[in-house]
Formats: sequence, C-alpha cells, structure tokens
Amino acid sequence: MSAGENGMLNVRLRVWRQDGPGDAGRFETYDVGGISPDASFLEMLDVLNERLTLEGREPITFESDCREGICGTCGLMINGRAHGPQKGTATCQLHMREFSDGDLITVEPWRAGSFEVIRDLAVDRTALDRIIAAGGYISVNTGAAPDANLVPVPKEAAECAFDAAACIGCGACVAACPNSAAQLFTAAKVQHLNLLPQGQPERWARTEAMVETMERFFGSCTNHGECEEACPKEISIDFIAWTNRDYVRAKLRNRKPTGRR
Amino acid sequence: MGKKWVMALTGIALIGFVLVHMVGNLHLYEGAWETHEYAETLRDLGTKVIPRTWVLWALRAGLAAAFALHLHSAYSLTRMSRAADRRYAGGRDYIAANYASRTMRWTGPLVGLFVVYHLADLTWGHFNPDYVRGDPYHNVVASLSNLPVAIWYIVANVALAVHIYHGAWSIFQSLGVSSPRWNPLRRRLAGTFAAAVLVGNLSFPILVQAGVIDDGGRSVVRERLEQADRTGEALAPPEGAP
Ligand code: HEM
Ligand code: SF4
Ligand code: FES
Repeated sequence: MSAGENGMLNVRLRVWRQDGPGDAGRFETYDVGGISPDASFLEMLDVLNERLTLEGREPITFESDCREGICGTCGLMINGRAHGPQKGTATCQLHMREFSDGDLITVEPWRAGSFEVIRDLAVDRTALDRIIAAGGYISVNTGAAPDANLVPVPKEAAECAFDAAACIGCGACVAACPNSAAQLFTAAKVQHLNLLPQGQPERWARTEAMVETMERFFGSCTNHGECEEACPKEISIDFIAWTNRDYVRAKLRNRKPTGRR
Repeated sequence: MGKKWVMALTGIALIGFVLVHMVGNLHLYEGAWETHEYAETLRDLGTKVIPRTWVLWALRAGLAAAFALHLHSAYSLTRMSRAADRRYAGGRDYIAANYASRTMRWTGPLVGLFVVYHLADLTWGHFNPDYVRGDPYHNVVASLSNLPVAIWYIVANVALAVHIYHGAWSIFQSLGVSSPRWNPLRRRLAGTFAAAVLVGNLSFPILVQAGVIDDGGRSVVRERLEQADRTGEALAPPEGAP
C-alpha cells in the first residue's frame, strides 16, 4: 500500500451497474477520495453509496450481512479475482490497505449462467440452494437433543469433515471457474456429511442427487484448480476427487434390480 | 460426472498407447531391419492362440473406440461448460489455471487432426509417393526428411505433451485417486511423463532432419526381402545391416 494525503486513499472505481435481470448493464466510474486504509472494501462501498445518495443518485446494490466472513453473501469480482487480491478471505474481510493511492479498481458481480444478476453487483445464487436441497442434510428423529459423544467420530474424520463444512456457500468457486463449475461447493457439502458416521445412511443417495442437481445448473470441471485459490475458506480440491470417487460408487450401489425399476 | 470418468479412463488408454508407441519407435535407432521386425512382432502378437494380426486389430479397435469416446465426452462436457459460463466484461485473472489446462480444447483437436494425418501418412501411405509397405524405417525417413512435415510433427507433439501434462494430472482428480500423502507426487508424475514422451517423440523428426536416421532413399527391407525371394534362403538375423 502507498497512501495519499493524510494517509488517506483516493481510488477510482469501475463498477458494474445493471438495472435489473433483463438490462444489458455497463461499467460506471466513480472517484472515491479520503478512504482510510483501515476501511474494509465494503465500508468503502458504503461511503461511496452515502455520497451517491446525497447527490440524489442511485446507490450501488451489493449484498452483505455478517461482515466477518461467515455468511457468504458478499462475494464480488475485484480486479478479476473472486473476493479480491487477498487469499483466504471473503470480500468483507478485504481491507483498503491492499490497494494503493490512485488505483483503478474494477468491480463486477459473479458471472455464471445460473447466477443471474438481480441488480448491479447482487446475483441470484438459488442454484446453490437447489444442490443442498437435493441431499445436503441428514435425517434424524426429532425429540430431545441426542447426548453429546453418543456417536464416536474419529478425530481425523471430524477434522476433515470440519474443513469441508467451513464452506460458506459464497459461490466464489463458481465465479472463478473458467467452466462455471460448482464442483468445490458441491464436494464440500457432500463430503462434510459423507465423512461422518451421521452421514452414512444417506451417503449414496446424497452423492448421486447432489452431483446430478449440480450438473443441471453448472459447467463441467476440468481440474484447473482455480476454485481452491478463490475460496475464502481455502477448501481443498481433494474433496472434489473424493466426490468423484463417491459418485461412481453411488451409481453402482444405487442401481435398482431390473424388477424394481 | 459419468462423462468425466469416460474422459479419464479413455485418457489412460490413450496415454498408455502414446507411451508404448514412443518406446516402440525407439527401434528406429537400431536400424531399418530391426524396425521392420518389431512391426512384424506386433502383427504376430497372440499367434499361438488366435490367427495372425487379430490381437493387433483388437488393440486398434479398442484405441479407436477410446478415441471416439474421449472426443465425444470432451465435446459434450465442453458444451455443458459453454452453456454455464459467462464472461467477465472487465477481464479476469488466473491464479492456478495454467497454459496446459486452459488450452485442452485446442491441443486436443490439434492432436486429433495430427493422428488422422499421421495414419494417412505412415500407415496408409497416402501422402508419400516413396511409401514402401512393411518398411516403416524407410517411410519415416521419406516423410520426415521433408522440412515442413518435420515441423508439423514437432508442433503436434509439443501440443500432445502439453495436453498430456494437464491430462495425466487430471486423471487422478477425475478418478478420485487422492490422498494427502501422495498428492504432491501427482503433478510431478504428470510432468515427468509428458517430458519423457516429448523428448522421445521429438527426437525422431529432429534426427531425421539431422541425417542421423537415414537410409539414403533405399528401402533396405525391400531389398533384403527380394533377395531372399530370389535365393530362396531363410532370412537370418542381419549382420551389420543399417
Ligand atoms: C482428438 C481430439 C481430442 C480432444 C478434443 C481432446 C480434448 C480433451 C479435453 C477437453 C479434456 C478434458 C480436460 C480435463 O478434464 O482435464 C481432455 C482430457 C484428456 N485427454 Fe484429450 N483430447 C483429444 C485427444 C487426446 C489424445 C490423442 C490423447 C492421448 C494421446 C488425450 C489424452 C487425454 C487425457 C489423458 C486426458 C485427461 C482425462 C481426465 O480429465 O481425467 N486426448 N482431452
Ligand atoms: S467452496 Fe469455498 S468458494 Fe465455493 S462456495 Fe464454499 S466457501 Fe465459497
Ligand atoms: S458479509 Fe458475510 S461473508 Fe462477507
């Protein structure tokens, strides 16, 4: 970082503006001055929006909620990188000190056929929910909460499942993928259950259903590895390999005897 | 994802072929007669059990099927990705994707075209007035001593190596061969494999151009066979044959 006057940053933003799903959209340029290097990227956008509002112009629509990297709503393509230049963080955890005074910063929404732009930088990520709905759950009896430690889980399995469960569903993997494939998201959601004892009863049904739902909405993985780099939770593509293996095993096991088709 | 498995399994068949093919071609270093005998050995495979050339034809059929399936899966998966993908109006950065992974859809068809040309050239002898059936050494020299043809072979084999460099690593992912202990090896294995195939395959056009692999335009194999026909003698292993 190199700051300008009084240690404050002046940047020029090139932001994608689009009035609605049907609109063609275009870039608009804004000069944003006097930004603290300690401001987060989203706070910088807040400042810009306040100024736009005071000028009577339409503020930029973008999504955010937790602003601490756990809700997964805030994804933006910043200078051609999902969640911006910093590795292992969501857009809300990116700070302006990562930029220099006078920088031109291009901000675009996630781009994928299944991520329709709702307005400006906000996209519809419902397709990810469809994948979860297809099998990203376990069935348990209702009633009192089960005793802790009733089901023993090996430490390695627990840790591995936890690494997968860190996925916040932000969609950066799809956004960064040259194929717009959702393999990393799907693999994380499949494996965090498939690795645990609680996930075994529905393992094969889950794997087949989630993978095939994914393929209805997204592209086909060619193992570029771009998703792993973009993921704010640094989820490993090893989960994709394991899901590929589980998928054929699921296809073999889920075969129905001819009489029962 | 079923198609990814098809991609990977046919990929294994194809790179297996590429390796065997390259190693087999090393017989060119031994000379014309040895290369001819190697080719005959391939036709003789399995002769103890089934008629001559049947095994060879089975292998060819398997390869053709693998090739067709590989192409078909590549085509339909590419269409799926094209349908799902949208471009970034402001451009994008690549961090992990490398040159090889991003050019699979170019290097693949280039290699495919090359394979067709290569068969027409050295298997069917369409392009070469000097083609002699049963003398691969002579035919290789006749084709590759032509500079544009040698360059085309080099370009296509660089493309093949680049395709295999990404493909061989990709197979592990597609088949779920992944364990934290061995994963760092996968890239290196793919790199070593691609480099070995590249060096072997490039050596042929280069050495023909350099005149190291050469038969002065004669077909040593034809001459020997004709001589053997005339004298009725059984062909002994060659003594100091080129
Ligand atoms: C003829 C045209 C060809 C086309 C259009 C083509 C295209 C492709 C494409 C698009 C991929 C997927 C990339 C990926 O998932 O990583 C691929 C993978 C691969 N190709 Fe080809 N290819 C062709 C020929 C060949 C040939 C001749 C060979 C071997 C000699 C070969 C070996 C491989 C291997 C080993 C893979 C990795 C499979 C996997 O993803 O697991 N390909 N090819
Ligand atoms: S895998 Fe990573 S990049 Fe993909 S949705 Fe989950 S957290 Fe986001
Ligand atoms: S706002 Fe919740 S992850 Fe960024």
